[in-house]
Amino acid sequence: MATNGEEAAGGLKIEPMEQFTVKPLFGDGPIEWYTPTNVTLWMAIAVLALVGLLVLSTRRRAIVPSRGQSVAELFYGFIHKMVEDVAGHEGLKFFPYVMTLFMFIFLSNILGLIPFSFTNTTQIAVTATLALLVFFTVTIVGFIRKGPGFLAMFWVSSAPLALRPILAMIEIISYFVRPLSHSVRLSGNMMAGHAVIKVFAGFAGAMGVASVVPIAAIVAIHGLEVLVASVQAYVFTILTCVYLRDAVGDAHH
Amino acid sequence: MAIDATGEAEAAEGMPQLDFSTWPNQIFWLLVTLVVIYFVLSRIALPRIAAVLADRKSTITNDLAAAEELKLRAVEAEKAYNDALASARTEAAKIVAAAKAEIQKDLDAASAKADAEISAKAAESEKTIAAIRDGAAAAVAEVARDTAAELVAALGSTVDAKTVTAAVSARLKG
Amino acid sequence: MEGDIAEMGKFIGAGLATMGLGGAGIGVGHIAGNFLSGALRNPSAAPGQMANLFVGIAFAEALGIFSFLIALLLMFAV
Repeated sequence: MATNGEEAAGGLKIEPMEQFTVKPLFGDGPIEWYTPTNVTLWMAIAVLALVGLLVLSTRRRAIVPSRGQSVAELFYGFIHKMVEDVAGHEGLKFFPYVMTLFMFIFLSNILGLIPFSFTNTTQIAVTATLALLVFFTVTIVGFIRKGPGFLAMFWVSSAPLALRPILAMIEIISYFVRPLSHSVRLSGNMMAGHAVIKVFAGFAGAMGVASVVPIAAIVAIHGLEVLVASVQAYVFTILTCVYLRDAVGDAHH
Repeated sequence: MAIDATGEAEAAEGMPQLDFSTWPNQIFWLLVTLVVIYFVLSRIALPRIAAVLADRKSTITNDLAAAEELKLRAVEAEKAYNDALASARTEAAKIVAAAKAEIQKDLDAASAKADAEISAKAAESEKTIAAIRDGAAAAVAEVARDTAAELVAALGSTVDAKTVTAAVSARLKG
Repeated sequence: MEGDIAEMGKFIGAGLATMGLGGAGIGVGHIAGNFLSGALRNPSAAPGQMANLFVGIAFAEALGIFSFLIALLLMFAV
């Protein structure tokens, strides 16, 4: 059905979506739930990068940090401060969890910018799982810590009484839309950038000498994508902290 | 997009993300990855970094305290130095005064001795002078008596020696 | 161009859906511009509001991403 895509592109073989295909790492068999795929490979690379960044660089436990240790401490301090500022002091219990999310998303985004790599975070399956994990964590922790009082979040007591049921409806809908926007924001941003780069790369392949123009554009977009990769990891994490504040923070929000 | 169509990838050709047959696989590996990252972070990396940061904080605090103490000690040392300097000065002044006194004493003793010697010499000289004067006076009286006796004899009268002596003595005294 | 009306509708729909991205652009620009004018008035308070800036941009951008997603769905999945 999508075969007309290339006809519409006037013979250019631009397949911006092909790069997101999940393929088995070995052979050509069907993808079972345990099959090692390119997703597996790049997640493993992300884990290795994480170990190198946060474990190997800090193995000397130096008082005066080396370059690698400074980076590790920078990440630690950044996320620690974010959790403390946004989710409150109670939220620090979830610091390893938030740090896990941040490091995974950040490393996946950055590793995805390597040419010919595979970006885990463009997969809606991945981001939806991450977002649902956050959603269920927040909901369960909220009910455990506050009991039925957690529902008071939807009952905006500062609004006029007549408006409250309507506001409650809106609040509930927005609460359940959270995992959707949370996941689609991340994967959509990453997917958009990679697809745009791929489209420009397709132009470059077809333009001969004039292809310096799309190549320059690719360089510029790639720089922008580095920014987007970091900002989206930051945004996903800070929204996680904002949601966690609902569950563990003081009731006035 | 039908170039690499391999049958089972048919659904993946539009948007591979919406190929739900790969979802269990991705979710499985994602959960594995997250669990691994979580344990690496919460068991190894985060406690280590937290320990390093706490260590550094305490080191800095300790160093600051040590620096404060050293500063205090430096102030103390300076005070001790000043004290030592002052005491050395007074000591030196004392020594100088003592030396001065010593010298003065020696000087006094020496000058006293010299004075005594001088006065002794003066007394002796006076005595000698007195003796010489006495001798001279006696000689004068002798000469006068002799002369008087001669004169009297030359004048032709005889007088005894006693009268001449008395007369001469009276004259010499007067 | 074999008179495939459904195909044509898909592309037109996808193109229309991308117009939503303009709205997201307006929203993000509005947030960033207001942040900048506020930050110029009171530069000392600006660093503390960076988190709110990014959260606001993220919320505004998410809606644009939704329309982008709809365009993609029309192009490749419908």
